[in-house]
Amino acid sequence: MDINTLRGIATALALIAFIGVWIWAWSGKRKRAFDEAANLPFADDNIDQNSKGGQHDCQ
Amino acid sequence: MDSQTTYNYKVVRQFTVMTVVWGIVGMLVGVIIAAELVWPQLSFDLPWLHFGRLRPLHTNAVIFAFGGSALFATSYYVVQRTCQVRLFAGGLAAFTFWGWTLVIVLAAVSLPLGITTSKEYAELEWPIDLLITLVWVAYAIVFFGTIMKRRVKHIYVANWFYGAFILTIAVLHIVNSAALPVSLTKSYSVYPGAIDAMVQWWYGHNAVGFFLTAGFLGMMYYFVPKQAGRPVYSYRLSVVHFWALISTYMWAGPHHLHYTALPVWAQSLGMVFSLILLAPSWGGMINGIMTLSGAWHKLRDDPILKFLIVSLSFYGMSTFEGPMMSIKTVNALSHYTDWTIGHVHSGALGWVAMVSIGSVYFLIPKLFGREQMYSIRLIDWHFWMSTIGVVLYIVAMWISGIMQGLMWRAVNEDGTLTYSFVESLEAMYPFYFVRFLGGALFLTGMLVMAYNVIKTVSGARPADAPIPQTA
Repeated sequence: MDINTLRGIATALALIAFIGVWIWAWSGKRKRAFDEAANLPFADDNIDQNSKGGQHDCQ
Repeated sequence: MDSQTTYNYKVVRQFTVMTVVWGIVGMLVGVIIAAELVWPQLSFDLPWLHFGRLRPLHTNAVIFAFGGSALFATSYYVVQRTCQVRLFAGGLAAFTFWGWTLVIVLAAVSLPLGITTSKEYAELEWPIDLLITLVWVAYAIVFFGTIMKRRVKHIYVANWFYGAFILTIAVLHIVNSAALPVSLTKSYSVYPGAIDAMVQWWYGHNAVGFFLTAGFLGMMYYFVPKQAGRPVYSYRLSVVHFWALISTYMWAGPHHLHYTALPVWAQSLGMVFSLILLAPSWGGMINGIMTLSGAWHKLRDDPILKFLIVSLSFYGMSTFEGPMMSIKTVNALSHYTDWTIGHVHSGALGWVAMVSIGSVYFLIPKLFGREQMYSIRLIDWHFWMSTIGVVLYIVAMWISGIMQGLMWRAVNEDGTLTYSFVESLEAMYPFYFVRFLGGALFLTGMLVMAYNVIKTVSGARPADAPIPQTA
């Protein structure tokens, strides 16, 4: 096979993978999981209040 | 004493404090060499103070000591908090801190002595390279080990970016540092000629792409939502952002080698991928800035948020400028001039330093059990000093760089050069002085930060937040 055919196939595969990521990311099925993930930085919000004043003496 | 009921903040504290320290050291060396370019006699004819030796010390200190510490600190914090689990292998984590510190000290000794591989951003000689490899493998074990034992289902997007940064830097460092040692302080690259150049800039540009971009994007995806108090604008976009960015960056390196012995097709490939990079870069920037949508008023009185959001503006600016400069015809004007230096600093000071500073201001009170930083007003002062400093710096370098490029290429009708090199050098003097002022202002801002941090920390006891217990 000509090396350029291989290069063409590789480019096409990269394009398909890219479009695939878009479709996957925007599919309705992922919505709930992504919302959960997006809120992870806030999942443990309450603990910072406890950490004030250095009551936790664990080093 | 390790306790499994709290997060491991000790190593985070160590790296966070050292971020401030190394920031000041690295930027001080930067200001010194900026001054040397205005007043060359400042090197006092000592080889150790020569620009050529201090310049790699500056770049290594700001990138790997300052930026590296910021990345270690924030990645260890973020991975624990978003996985809700204590850091894996605490001993190894401690080793990464002391090992990294040793690397920095060895760099600070060997570079002024003139011990160098002469590869840009990879100047350190082979024994130090081996130590870096050990530290990095330990870092990967700690980070991915923590992800593996996470107690939540999802891996938050910030961790994806940190993970890509850690993996890629390991590969880049090992491949580019492959060398044959001839003595303890001297080695030769295993790659010949143009291949060596190609490998070097594959490394060099991905150091920008993964060390200075992916890692700090991880920071952005955690600290911007936290400080703004709302989740990232679009999680879906962040997923596409991640995959598009990491698969594109790898190919952009050859734009550092336009019009050299590198094959023309490789140069064009580098240029095309650099142009494509605009899309994921701006996708990420928009995602970060739009996180504030509906809460723009917070920018008015929260200087930490100002640092974070303005850093994203600089990120957007330099990721527009970068693709533009990678176009061969633009590069013919910009390459080897101060424009490149200006571009690097709009990214390094505007984006990397400012997002790190914002994150450190977020972290310090949490790590030391304080409500907030000692003085919010001083953070605001720091913000304006940094912003004005960066703008002075990059505007000076734009003018000087474009002028240089135009003077170098000017030819008379008979084909001779219009200007000698020294004439272009003379024309740059005023701009070198403005650059020195901008850098000095940025450094002064860092000293204000150090004062603020000392006041916040003094008298405080280290605080380790408890890990939330799941029912």
